[in-house]
Amino acid sequence: MLDIRGLAASINDKPILKGIDLVVPQGEVHALMGPNGSGKSTLGYVLSGREDYEVTAGTVTFNGVDLLTMEPEQRAAAGVFLAFQAPVELPGVNNANFLRTALNAIRRAHGEPELDAVQFLKLARAETKRLAMPDDMLKRNVNVGFSGGEKKRNEVLQMAILRPKLAILDETDSGLDIDALKIVADGVNALRGPEFSALVITHHQRLLDHLVPNRVHVLAHGRIVRSGGPELAKELEKSGYAGLIAEAA
Amino acid sequence: MAAVTETLDTVQSVTQSGYKWGFETTIEMDFAPKGLNEDIIRLISTRKEEPEWMLEWRLKAYAAWLKMEEPHWARVDHPPIDYQDLHYYAAPKKKAGPKSLDEVDPELLKMYEKLGIPLKERAILAGVDPDTVENTQVAVDAVFDSVSVATTFQATLRKAGVIFCPISEAVRDHPELVKQYLGTVVPTGDNFFAALNSAVFTDGSFVYIPKGVRCPMELSTYFRINARNTGQFERTLIIAEAGSHVSYLEGCTAPQRDENQLHAAVVELVAMDDAQIKYSTVQNWYPGDANGKGGIYNFVTKRGACRGARSKISWTQVETGSAITWKYPSCVLHGEDSVGEFYSVAVTNNHQQADTGTKMIHIGKGSRSTIISKGISAGHSNNTYRGLVRMLPSATNARNFTQCDSLLIGDQCGAHTVPYIESRNLTAKVEHEATTSKIADDQLFYCRQRGLSEEDAVGLIVNGFCKDVLKELPMEFAVEAQKLLAVSLEGSVG
Ligand SMILES: Nc1ncnc2c1ncn2[C@@H]1O[C@H](COP(=O)(O)OP(=O)(O)O)[C@@H](O)[C@H]1O
Ligand SMILES: [Mg+2]
Repeated sequence: MLDIRGLAASINDKPILKGIDLVVPQGEVHALMGPNGSGKSTLGYVLSGREDYEVTAGTVTFNGVDLLTMEPEQRAAAGVFLAFQAPVELPGVNNANFLRTALNAIRRAHGEPELDAVQFLKLARAETKRLAMPDDMLKRNVNVGFSGGEKKRNEVLQMAILRPKLAILDETDSGLDIDALKIVADGVNALRGPEFSALVITHHQRLLDHLVPNRVHVLAHGRIVRSGGPELAKELEKSGYAGLIAEAA
Repeated sequence: MAAVTETLDTVQSVTQSGYKWGFETTIEMDFAPKGLNEDIIRLISTRKEEPEWMLEWRLKAYAAWLKMEEPHWARVDHPPIDYQDLHYYAAPKKKAGPKSLDEVDPELLKMYEKLGIPLKERAILAGVDPDTVENTQVAVDAVFDSVSVATTFQATLRKAGVIFCPISEAVRDHPELVKQYLGTVVPTGDNFFAALNSAVFTDGSFVYIPKGVRCPMELSTYFRINARNTGQFERTLIIAEAGSHVSYLEGCTAPQRDENQLHAAVVELVAMDDAQIKYSTVQNWYPGDANGKGGIYNFVTKRGACRGARSKISWTQVETGSAITWKYPSCVLHGEDSVGEFYSVAVTNNHQQADTGTKMIHIGKGSRSTIISKGISAGHSNNTYRGLVRMLPSATNARNFTQCDSLLIGDQCGAHTVPYIESRNLTAKVEHEATTSKIADDQLFYCRQRGLSEEDAVGLIVNGFCKDVLKELPMEFAVEAQKLLAVSLEGSVG
C-alpha cells in the first residue's frame, strides 16, 4: 500500500506540492488527473527520489517502509517504478544490457541469483513478444533515435521486465495511437494482482477505458481537489478541470 | 555485459584498498649508478650482450639527445625532471618475487579476479617467479600453466615463421632485420624522449611476420614471460611483410605500479603491401593518489609506417593510468590506398593530465584515415586531444574523418580539443566533428530509478560513450577495459 500524508515539496524554493494525502491500497490502480503544471510529474519524481526536489513536510510509506529516506535505487529495489513522461536517452547503452543490469541490481538487492545473458534474453524476448513490440527494441540504444511513441512503449517494456510492485506511469499514453495505447493498458493489466498497485497519470479517458481504475484523483495547484470512482474521469472529459478547481478554491 | 553488473563490487574493493600494489618487498636489484653518460650506455649495451653496431647507434642517439630540449608544448604541467637523478639500468635479480600465489597479498589477487584476469596471468602479474615455484604446491599449476602456454605459443609461432621475442634477443639473433628497420619510423633524433629512449632502451618486443603469413594468434605481452618486468624505456618494433596480418596487445588492465616515475617508450610499426597491423593498448600505470601525488609520467612515441600499397595500421588505445600521458600514436601513409586508424579512449580523474591524440600523414594516393577519440575527464583532471591531419601534395583523393568527443564528469575538470589540419592537395578531403557533453543528472536519475547504483550508472554511461572505440578491441580485452573504465572513475560522482 502506498500511503502519502501531508506531502509538501518544493523545487528551487518554489513550493509545488502543498499537502497531498493519497492512499493507493495493494492491488488497486488509481488514476491521477489534473491540469498542466499542477504537480503530477513532481509527485512522481518525489515518490521515486529525484534529488532536485526538497520534501518540506509529510510522510510517504510503501508497504510500511519509509520511502523518503531511501536512495532512488533502493526505492527501485523496493518495487517502485516510474515510467517517465520524458524518457531519457542513453547514447551507446544497449537496451538489453541496461535492463539486465537493472534487473540484476534489483535481484541482488533481494538476495536472488543474477540472470546471465541467455536467461535474460529469454525473459526479455518473451515480454517483447507479449507486448507485440519489435525484437530490435532490445538491441537499440536506450531511447536514442526512438520516436515519441517508441520511447513510451520502451517504458512499458521496462516495466514488464522489472515487474514492479508500485508503478507510476506519467502520461505514458500521451501521443500514442490507439494500438499503442492498448499496449500501455495491457502492460499494466498484465501486472495487476494482489501485490501490485499503480498510479496512472493521464489526461485521457481512452486509457482508463482499458484500465478501469479503482479510484480517480484530481490534482490542482499542488493539492488533491477531488477523488472519486471511474465515473469522475468521464465527467472531467465532458466538463474539464475549470469548474472543479473553482469549486475547490 | 557482466562487466557492468560487477562494477559495484570492483569499485568497492578499490575504494577500500586504494590503488594497491600489494607486495612492496625489497626486491634486490642490479642497479647501474644514477645518471646518464656514455659509460652508462656502454654498461647497458654490455649487459644486453649487444653487438658493436648497436652500441654505436645508441651513442649517436645520446649525442643527439644532448643537443635537444625537453618539449613543453603539451598541455601538461610537471616539476622539472632531473635526468641525472635517474637509474637507467636496473635488472631485478632472480628469486626476488613471491614464490607462489600464497605469498601474494590476497587483496591484490582479489582485484585481479574482479577485473576478470585469468589465474595464470594473475600469478605472472603478481610477480611470482616461475623459476622458483617448482616445489610449492598451490601456484604450481597456475604458473606452470603459464609457462607451458608460453612455450606452446612459441612453437606455434615458429611453425608459422613468426618471430616474437624480446628486442634485446632480436638484436643478437636477427641483427639484419633490426638493423634494417630500427629507427626508420621513429628516427633517433625525432624528439627529445625518442632520442633518450634510443640511447638507453632496455627492453620491449620484436615481432616479424613473414610474407603472406597471418599470425596464428594475437600476440600479447602477457605471454612473453619476461615482460612482467617492463622497463622504463621500452622499445618495440613490429614488421609485417607483404600480405601479412598481425594483432598485438600491449599492457593489461591490472594496476601496474612502478617506482620509475619517467617512462619513455618507442614503438615502431612497418607494414608492407597489403599488410595489416592492429596494435591495441590498455594503459593502467599508477596515476598518483587522489591529491595528485606520485604517479607515472608516460611520454611515448608510437608511429606506424604504411609503406606498402593497401597496407593498414590500426591503433586502439584505452588510457586510464599515469599521472601524465603524452602520447600520439601516428600513421605515415606512404602506400597508395593505405589506411590508418586511431581509436582512443583516454580517461583522466583526480589530478591526472593527458595530452594525447594522433598524427595522420597522408602521402600516398587514395590513402584514408579514421580518428575516433573519446576523452573522459573527471575530478580536477585535464584531458586534451591533439591531432594532426596532414595531406601532402602527392595525396590525391586522400580522405580523413575525425570524430572527437569529450565527456565531462563534474565541473572541476577540463576537456580540450586541438586539431591541426594541413592540406596541400585540393582533392583531399578532411572532415572533423567534435562534441562535448556532460553526464546529465537526468541520465543518472533515470538509471538509478531502474535500480542501478550511481557508480554503476556512471560506468554504463561511460561505456556507452566509448562504445565505438571499445568495439575495436579484441574481445577479452574489451570486457576488461569496460571494467577498468568504471574502476578508474571511482569516486568521480556524488
Ligand atoms: N526546475 C524547476 N524549477 C522551477 N519550477 C519548476 C521546475 N520544474 C517544474 N517546475 C514547476 O513545477 C510545477 C509543476 O510541474 P509538473 O510537476 O511538471 O506539472 P504537471 O506534470 O502536472 O504538468 C510547474 O509550475 C512547473 O513550472
Ligand atoms: Mg507532467
